[in-house]
Amino acid sequence: MLLANNISFRVGNKSLLSEISVTFAPGKLHLIVGPNGAGKSTLIKVLARLLRPETGSVEYEGVDVAQVSEAELAKRRAVLSQAVDVAFPLSVRELVMMGRYPHFGGRPGPADEQIVDEVMAHFDVTEFSSRDYQTLSGGERQRVNFARVLTQLWRDGSSAACRYLFLDEPLTFLDIRHQIDFLKKIGTFAAASDVVTVGVVHDLNLAARFADHIVLLHEARVVAHGTPTEVLTSERIQDVFGVTPTFVESDSGMHLVFGVG
Amino acid sequence: MTKPHRSRHVLLSALTVVTLLVLAASIRFGAIDFSISEIGRALASLLPGRPEPNLDQRILLELRFPRAVLCLLVGASLGVGGTLMQALFRNPIVEPGLVGTSSGAAFGSAMFFVLGGVLHIGTSLWSLPIAACIGGVISSYLVFLLARSRKDGRASIVMLLLTGLAVNALFMSAIGFLSYIARDPQARSITFWSLGTLSGASWKAVEIVTISTVVGTAIALRYAKQLNALMIGEEEATYLGVNVNRLKWIILSVNVVIVAVATAFTGVISFVGLVVPHILRMLGGADNRYLIAGSALTGAILLTLADLIARLSVRPAELPIGIVTSAVGVPVFIFLLRRRQYIF
Repeated sequence: MLLANNISFRVGNKSLLSEISVTFAPGKLHLIVGPNGAGKSTLIKVLARLLRPETGSVEYEGVDVAQVSEAELAKRRAVLSQAVDVAFPLSVRELVMMGRYPHFGGRPGPADEQIVDEVMAHFDVTEFSSRDYQTLSGGERQRVNFARVLTQLWRDGSSAACRYLFLDEPLTFLDIRHQIDFLKKIGTFAAASDVVTVGVVHDLNLAARFADHIVLLHEARVVAHGTPTEVLTSERIQDVFGVTPTFVESDSGMHLVFGVG
Repeated sequence: MTKPHRSRHVLLSALTVVTLLVLAASIRFGAIDFSISEIGRALASLLPGRPEPNLDQRILLELRFPRAVLCLLVGASLGVGGTLMQALFRNPIVEPGLVGTSSGAAFGSAMFFVLGGVLHIGTSLWSLPIAACIGGVISSYLVFLLARSRKDGRASIVMLLLTGLAVNALFMSAIGFLSYIARDPQARSITFWSLGTLSGASWKAVEIVTISTVVGTAIALRYAKQLNALMIGEEEATYLGVNVNRLKWIILSVNVVIVAVATAFTGVISFVGLVVPHILRMLGGADNRYLIAGSALTGAILLTLADLIARLSVRPAELPIGIVTSAVGVPVFIFLLRRRQYIF
């Protein structure tokens, strides 16, 4: 269980997060939506403890994350960023192995090697194994990084502690097929492994279709949170995004179509 | 991972063998060439109960040997320093000579020679390397302070190189001034500081540089995994459990110490730290554990070869070694700058 307990965060005198209190349950896919500048990425970074909140606290299983060491936290908290650049030639397998860094001291053990093999096969990136990461396309890179992040959270039997996965705009460099594919895999992973999963996405349709739980941010505050149908109402979308949605029913479910004004 | 690992072990073993070969060549050839048996006899003369070494043997033992060993150590220091700087800045175009560390260290050493006599300090063995470290810290700090963007506090590579250029010019002109007013013969030699030379090598220097090189490289190797994590970005490294600020301080300190101590005894030798990590990455990838160990060996090999060229090309005189390293290093640097692959 992840708890944001009345957190506020500001830079200078600009408030980026204001009195945010939300609970995130394991096994569910939580997606944060909101217009540009609403504080989505800041919230992810505070929840993942890259940034410390000015007031309030973030609690993992009832423990304030400020009390946990970086090395300890890295064993059960992973973050997938928008894009990862590497300045040097690095093989894909070496990059995925970095996910195991928090779990071994000097050199990877057989268990780490096995987890890397397993995860890479699971996410269809084994074919890239010896490729130089720099030569991959944006979509391929994101798949590889997804594998890295899951390698970090993979159960190796040594600990039963709750795990946390954060996704900071992971869809930015993916085409629509890979976006759908990616969200499906995340949802399946979250449900199957009991990981607390929180992500930021821009596309309301994708959020509505794949999220178990949506947090709507606007001007540094949580406007609403709950299931997609509870949160994404016509009036709220109009208020927060300044566009007029029309709900269209199709074979693949409910869709939002937007008119400006 | 098994396959590249094995080939990296092979590479490191090969580099070790080459290091020993160039060391042997460096002892054998010079203003006077020594045969293997002469070298053997000179070493044997050190054993108890043997007659005093003759003049040739003393040249070998007191000049040639320490010079060859010091060259290995300084090359290793500069190679490791280059690897650490490139890992830290996530950019393959930086090295200690370019960002002011070396010229600051040379300035600190020159100050020591000029003021040491006046202030009656400098009796201790460690005063010179400490003065060099202080100079290196000051110039490095100055570069990072001036290169930092006012907006987000980060130093871009362009700013770093330009500021490095300015700070280098500042410290080299300060060294020029010190050479002008100095009485001490070593401080008077401006070429010593600006072009580098191993002609002043002594066993005392070897002792000190051995300590800084071995300890510095050992510490760097301990942090190789964290430096690897840094390859994917500071934020990502934090998520992998790395205390990035602490890592930066440790690596910067190690770099300043190993480079400054080496510079104290040889002057500024540029471009070794730039070229060495590149050669290694081409051969065996970017894993820092391999790079740090490999750059110690490759730095030692390259500097020893440069020293051989410096000594043999105009025998019985010799060139400042910095001329040789720059002649090789500058084209490589320009080539790297022209390559589009690297983002500034």
